[in-house]
Amino acid sequence: MRILVTLLFAALLFLGVWTFADAETFLLAPMPEGYTWWWPKEISTYGQDIDFLFELISWMVLVFFVLTEGMLVWFVYKYSKPTDEKGSGSHGNHKLELLWTAIPAGLLLIIAFAQMSTFANIKFAGSFENEPVFGEIWGSQFDWRFKYPGHDGRLGTADDVESPFELVVPDDQKIVMNLRSRDVLHSFFIPKLRLKQDAVPGMTIPIWFQVDQEQLAEESKNEFDIICAELCGWGHYKMSGRIRIVSRAEFDAWIDEMTTKKFDNGEIN
Amino acid sequence: MSAPATSGPAPGLGAPGTVRASHDHHELGFFRKYIFSVDHKVIGIQFMLTGLVFFLVGGLMAMAIRWQLAWPWTKMPMIGNLLFPNTGEAITPEFYTMLFTMHGTVMIFFVIIPLLTGAFGNFLIPLMTGAPDMAFPKLNMFGYWAMIPAIACVVMSFAAGGGGPAAGWTAYPPLSTIESAAPGSFSAQTWWLLALTWVGVSSMMGAVNYVTTIVKMRAPGMTLFRMPLAIWGLFIAALLQLFALPVLTAASILQILDRVAHTGFFTPTNLVVNQLSPEMAGAAAGGQPLLWQHLFWFYSHPAVYIMVVPAMGFASDIISTHARKPVFGYKPMVYSMSAIAGLGFIVWGHHMFASGMNPALGMTFMVSTIMIALPSAIKVFNWLGTLWGSRIQLTSAMLNALAFVAMFIIGGLSGIWMAATPVDIYIHDTYIIVAHFHYVVFGGSVFAIFASIYHWYPKMFGRVMNETLGKIHFVGSFIFTNGVFYMMHQLGMAGLMRRTADPYNYETYAHLQPLNEFISISAFCLFAWQIFFVVNFFHSMFWGKRVGRNPWKGCSLEWDAPSPAGHGNFDHELEVHRGPYEYASREVDEDYLPQTAKV
Repeated sequence: MRILVTLLFAALLFLGVWTFADAETFLLAPMPEGYTWWWPKEISTYGQDIDFLFELISWMVLVFFVLTEGMLVWFVYKYSKPTDEKGSGSHGNHKLELLWTAIPAGLLLIIAFAQMSTFANIKFAGSFENEPVFGEIWGSQFDWRFKYPGHDGRLGTADDVESPFELVVPDDQKIVMNLRSRDVLHSFFIPKLRLKQDAVPGMTIPIWFQVDQEQLAEESKNEFDIICAELCGWGHYKMSGRIRIVSRAEFDAWIDEMTTKKFDNGEIN
Repeated sequence: MSAPATSGPAPGLGAPGTVRASHDHHELGFFRKYIFSVDHKVIGIQFMLTGLVFFLVGGLMAMAIRWQLAWPWTKMPMIGNLLFPNTGEAITPEFYTMLFTMHGTVMIFFVIIPLLTGAFGNFLIPLMTGAPDMAFPKLNMFGYWAMIPAIACVVMSFAAGGGGPAAGWTAYPPLSTIESAAPGSFSAQTWWLLALTWVGVSSMMGAVNYVTTIVKMRAPGMTLFRMPLAIWGLFIAALLQLFALPVLTAASILQILDRVAHTGFFTPTNLVVNQLSPEMAGAAAGGQPLLWQHLFWFYSHPAVYIMVVPAMGFASDIISTHARKPVFGYKPMVYSMSAIAGLGFIVWGHHMFASGMNPALGMTFMVSTIMIALPSAIKVFNWLGTLWGSRIQLTSAMLNALAFVAMFIIGGLSGIWMAATPVDIYIHDTYIIVAHFHYVVFGGSVFAIFASIYHWYPKMFGRVMNETLGKIHFVGSFIFTNGVFYMMHQLGMAGLMRRTADPYNYETYAHLQPLNEFISISAFCLFAWQIFFVVNFFHSMFWGKRVGRNPWKGCSLEWDAPSPAGHGNFDHELEVHRGPYEYASREVDEDYLPQTAKV
């Protein structure tokens, strides 16, 4: 039993280190291109900041994981050996307590402060309030709709263009959009962009992202999933969309095409 | 009969004679003894059996969830034609939504909280503090019987409406409040809210009792800092319930009003839900959906600590007893549990980083949340310190307690990822979250509950559970638990969202089906493996080896009482001389020195 238990706990330690250190090859099943059991490659300007912070925390966590689980495995093995002698009667050690309070406290504070500038950059109004609003995102059970201002550059006018399901954006500008919901909570999630924000009925929540052109160039395609990330009813699982990232010229052509289509349908006279 | 009232000097404190006096009772009939009992031990066992039955119910729902995630929309073997005769024997989307809603609800409100505070809180507090019973035995009985309307309401919520409650265990409005948003779940959701309210009543009765008993009824010499950590954990959890529960009760009443009286606390203006306008239908509007999230998490985050702080206490006691060594750093253990509870009140916003809450507020919640890892880390170091230089006895109780530490480390460390707001943007509501809280609540609390059942079973029934079956149960449970929940981290890193009935239509998730299959098979094995526990539990009740008062050679007070203890608990007067962890004491020849022993 002693050996078995030691092995069980050691296996947990091994599993943790293996999945982290060898993430890229931790694949027991064939994977489609670009997808693993690890984070998908990011393609937005702040994506690398988020990924960096994740890795920073992971390394610190890994050290503590190996330290604590390692000690557990070692102690379980060493001190479960049958003996007639009494164990240590120690009730504690004040210096050790101070040490293992102060060091983690310092590290945790470092982790906390390391997050702040990235979070402020992504979420605080200062990083997008001077940009023009690119469009609106509307969530409703169970689809996404995207509204563009059209040629006059203003939302809420007759030439607004609406695109269901597909969000088309140019790759050369900061995209600021207002996120809204008609009915219940939804959440707008694009894994590749590291973008997630709940849509709340009654609130207009601005979001922004900018595509990293170099990162995008390494991808084999320019279309990615949009996923609803907040339970919104029985059809939540199928509330999907796609984002297509194109060049400025292609984007302008697409807006022209959508505008023509709208007028051809006789919606506006 | 019942314990003396608390007016005047507390029994045991000012008037030790009452301990003996309360033991002189006449025999009670079957119903008074086992059904409508005011004895804290019987009430504790009632809570335990109820909790274990619901554990089975919640577990079955988890199995159905795992079936759907591994093989979506396929025929369910054996019970498919019973449950889904009209949909080709396969799960429907509505049913799936109900499944994860009720799995969470049942496991939290009908399993973990009743098992930790209801079962062990009731059973252990008087025994370990040296009181003859709870301060308010009748109120205590009411605490258990308040679970009956709660259970009735939960059963009604399954039965009522077309699809059962469908808004998740968090019940976020407007999905939970607007009828047309979730057709078929309207009365079900109201029953669900009533169930929650009754569970709250039950917890409140318990918490009032626990706090009063611990403060007023400890045996002579049992100072606060001579209390076992199990009692500290239960005390702190009871305080959390006292302060946090009223907020949830108020919130669920507001939501009931929104649904039944068409008020608009959580309903904003100008909604169009499923082509219907709630306002046109006569409902009030102008409310704010985020208000519910704040109120809900103001209770439900402390509730997470209610679900783990007592488990920490139990694990500390069990590890110390079976490692034959004093708890390392007793006072730091107490302070860190208190710090977790205190900080626990100012971290609820970390559930709302993506909600549209002011991001500046998110920043402050991030700092408090990251700092709550500190007391958790201190506890882990102290458990390791306890093991250092110890004499570990690998009993079933000890194995489960060690597994608690091993898996709490994982659950604790992964929490730092999601506390960090920028990282949370990506991992929010993914399977990393699911992995994280299952490591804390299943790997942590449930293993601590297993350990506690093995450890205190002799005190409950006068017999020990079978060690061989206990070890078989442990090894399989440990392997399959990690097979299920460790791999969920990988799903989450790949971006898989929770509560998604059929993820594989997304390009991003299509390759995750084999991994989900692996997890599901592990889950089925984990579920099936519990048969060893069930058999052991009931078999040992009647045929287990009889033991005396102190089978584990423990130091704390409950081992001074007969096994099983009669009404009134102790058959002799108690006086406490020292702390609860005098193992490997140099003062005596044996390797333990009970709290009551005179040297």
